[in-house]
Amino acid sequence: MSDNALGLVIAAVVAWIVIGALGLVRPRELRFVSHLLFPLGAAVGLALAVVAFFALGQLPQSTVLPLGLPDLPFHLRLDSLSAFFLLLLGAVGAAISVFAAGYFRSGEGAAPGLLCFEYHLFLAAMALVLVADDAYLFMVSWEAMALSSFFLVTTDHRIPEIRQAGFLYLLIAHVGAIAILLCFGVLQGGSGDYTFGSMRSMVLTGAWPSVAFFLALFGFGAKAGLLPMHVWLPEAHPAAPSPVSALMSGVMLKTAIYGFLRVTFDLLQGQLWWWGVIALVLGLATALFGVIFACVQSDMKRLLAYSSIENIGIIVAGIGLTILFKSYGKTLLAAITLTAVLYHALNHAFFKSLLFLATGSVLHATHERSLGKLGGLIHRMPWVAWLALVGTLAIAGLPPLNGFVSEWLLLQAFLFTPSLPQSFVNMLVPLAAGALVLAVALSAYVMVKFYGIIFLGRPRESNLAYAKDAGWFERAALSFLALGCVVLGIFPVNVIAMLDPVNAMLIGSTALHADSGNWLLLTPINADRASYSPLIVLIGIVAVVLLTAQVVHRLYHGRVRRAPPWDCGFPLQTPRMQDTAEGFGQPIREVFDAVFRIERQLPSPFDTAPKYAVKVGDHLWHWLYLPLARGADALGRLVGMIQQGRISVYLTYSFFTLLALLFFVR
Amino acid sequence: MTPTEFASQLLQLGLALALAPLLVGWINQCRAWLQNKSAPSLLLPYRTIRKLFMKDAVVALQASPIFRVAPYVVFGAMCCAAAIIPSLATDLPFGRAADTIALVGLFALARVFIALAAMDIGTAFGSLGARREMFVGFLAEPALLMVLFTASLISGSTSLPTIVDVFAHRELAIYPSLAFAGVAFAMVSLAENARIPVDNPATHLELTMIHEAMILEYSARHLALIEWASSLKLFNYSCLGIALFFPVGIGVAGAGWTALVAAAPVLVAKLAVGGFALALVETLSAKMRIFRAPEFLGTAFLLAVLAMLVNLLLGS
Repeated sequence: MSDNALGLVIAAVVAWIVIGALGLVRPRELRFVSHLLFPLGAAVGLALAVVAFFALGQLPQSTVLPLGLPDLPFHLRLDSLSAFFLLLLGAVGAAISVFAAGYFRSGEGAAPGLLCFEYHLFLAAMALVLVADDAYLFMVSWEAMALSSFFLVTTDHRIPEIRQAGFLYLLIAHVGAIAILLCFGVLQGGSGDYTFGSMRSMVLTGAWPSVAFFLALFGFGAKAGLLPMHVWLPEAHPAAPSPVSALMSGVMLKTAIYGFLRVTFDLLQGQLWWWGVIALVLGLATALFGVIFACVQSDMKRLLAYSSIENIGIIVAGIGLTILFKSYGKTLLAAITLTAVLYHALNHAFFKSLLFLATGSVLHATHERSLGKLGGLIHRMPWVAWLALVGTLAIAGLPPLNGFVSEWLLLQAFLFTPSLPQSFVNMLVPLAAGALVLAVALSAYVMVKFYGIIFLGRPRESNLAYAKDAGWFERAALSFLALGCVVLGIFPVNVIAMLDPVNAMLIGSTALHADSGNWLLLTPINADRASYSPLIVLIGIVAVVLLTAQVVHRLYHGRVRRAPPWDCGFPLQTPRMQDTAEGFGQPIREVFDAVFRIERQLPSPFDTAPKYAVKVGDHLWHWLYLPLARGADALGRLVGMIQQGRISVYLTYSFFTLLALLFFVR
Repeated sequence: MTPTEFASQLLQLGLALALAPLLVGWINQCRAWLQNKSAPSLLLPYRTIRKLFMKDAVVALQASPIFRVAPYVVFGAMCCAAAIIPSLATDLPFGRAADTIALVGLFALARVFIALAAMDIGTAFGSLGARREMFVGFLAEPALLMVLFTASLISGSTSLPTIVDVFAHRELAIYPSLAFAGVAFAMVSLAENARIPVDNPATHLELTMIHEAMILEYSARHLALIEWASSLKLFNYSCLGIALFFPVGIGVAGAGWTALVAAAPVLVAKLAVGGFALALVETLSAKMRIFRAPEFLGTAFLLAVLAMLVNLLLGS
């Protein structure tokens, strides 16, 4: 099998396209689409994950497909980096497909068959992005990915807000795509050969490598949601159906990370230290921005979207640190940092998909996205609630789950930064570590808010009493992802061993080495410096809990009485007295007041029908995007002035254009 | 893992469990003396815990299993934390499984669970307490991590037993970075253990509560476990402070039983002094408004970052 892994990947892509096309045969037949096609797609995803897993340690394979334009065939290549991201795509995509099988209903926006087509096209395009080995195929599949996801986002296209969100997404995706295209233009270095193989051997001189790096940072950053191109995320994620949000946040953002890693570490030869500094600072700014905004959201999917921005920020900061270490020749540390980056990407794919899918189940059961109208769902939807708890604890970075491992690795890299030649960089490292731990601590705040308000407490609306738990397809998908969070958290050494071929390929060093201990104990540098064993921590906690419970029940008694809550003796409690989402975020809003653009509507003391409203906005929207939009509008009007609508005028324009061309071409 | 190490591990864990309520009793007694009140018995916390275990548990009608599991998880996390903080000696096999970052993670685990449990009943005070606890935590946790990072940078390890081994062996010198870190640690400890000036452990005035507001609905054995876990948390923070800043007297790795036995009275003496200092701080300062807490903790965070910077710049 490993001999022709690339062939199997191509087969998976073709299978996805075929499954999608079958959806168009009977687009309105819900049972055919959801009970046959989506599970088939999931099986393909699982197969892809298995193939990618075995291809991780293999030598790169490449092939040329006689498709595309004449003299411009598609080049494909499967190496460790592609294989890792294909594994992520296959495993998480399979879970999301299973969920989608139970999620889509008829009569919600587009026809199920059409959705199935777009969905599988989206999957196939992402897989092609990951194996593309020339700029042409890369851009074609990149665009296919953007367009198919645009149509998925605008499934409910009858709602104006969703159309607007889709437009914003498409716009930023294309601004980014232009930057990526220009980046490839720089990388080919005038040779005219757009295969990645020729870009690898091309040595760029002068400022060109930096130009290419920043175009990549901008272009892939726009897709990933880096500051200041993050604005589409909090609009598009709530607009899309939940499986699509999960796929976009969990997997598509990672293709941007893939592209950024591919350009920075594979196509560019030699990295400069100050690129790392800029990526580090930008990443941390994004992480803090994302998590602070996540604290004050009251729409559950927007909250998760901002949390995705935070996690992408952490990943990019890690990439920045990797560049920094690699440029100074500290390959072991660079390998550890890159491991943390890839690990976090994998973790984020699992827990964020899990949480987005859980919000999908909640949305279906309650028809409510606003946190202020949910509550107490752990009683009505125990499956979703308990599985979402795993994701919540994982994303909050708590041991012994997976989010903690990648953060632990990244912090180790920060801590063991040896003295670097630039004192400026040396001073930056502790500040960066501080910013990182602040972001991580705030994410615990966000997740307590998210989980506590949706699933705990008392139902804030009466109709929540009729909420039903998710179906079996949805439960299976959520269980799979939750299991992934636990396994990735408990067996870090095995996961890192799996990631090491990527380190070897991009850095030239592996994170695990001879004296890095056994499978039980994670020791990145050596056992004296740092070690961590999640399995022992888990066993320790579980043992203490069980022992205490046993002792307490044996020595005393296990009597429990149920009674109304006490609440300091106040008898007239209503569910409305619980914290709302706004209330829970209020301390953060006060502390980080300057970051937000707050529009408040306060009632006067004499109002008979007092109304309180607060809208928390983004300064960047008003400082950057609206002026840009106004400028584009003004420019458009200027250009519009030459448009007279008379054919004679246009003929004159053509005449002058010809004259000018003659003058230039001569 | 040798039998000696294992015995040392169990002994220190047992000592932490046994001494933690005593430390609380001692602090309450000191505070009563300083405030010209007649002091309660030193053993009152033990009696309270025993009394609570004997009672019937009353659980709110709408409580979910999270509410009933949380006290055990909090207690378990605090026990694990106690198992990795060297109090008597640095022979701690469990210290290899969890380092300082994991220690902060264990504290965060306990915090998240107690906050979730507080929101579970759906009362006004519960969610208010949870919000405030997370609010205090989001600044205290990074500050604590930065303090621990400073110690890790000096000793070249994030493992607590190794840090203490290095600190106990080095020559006596004043490290400016540790001075900053020490002040930051003291401020964080006050906030994390729900002490004045951030919270008041004795209050039952609803509007000012943080920790007490979260556990209002708990009774009997659940409350006993939470009280015990809180005293264990205070004990852990005290031992952590002692281990980082006053490690003299802690038995280093492989020192044997005599060192272990000799370390016990030293530890008790240090805890007594530390407890008196805490009572003094609580007597001399007033509780601040909740929105002053970010300034207080922000200062701690900045001091901790400064400690790390000083360490990197001066190399000490």
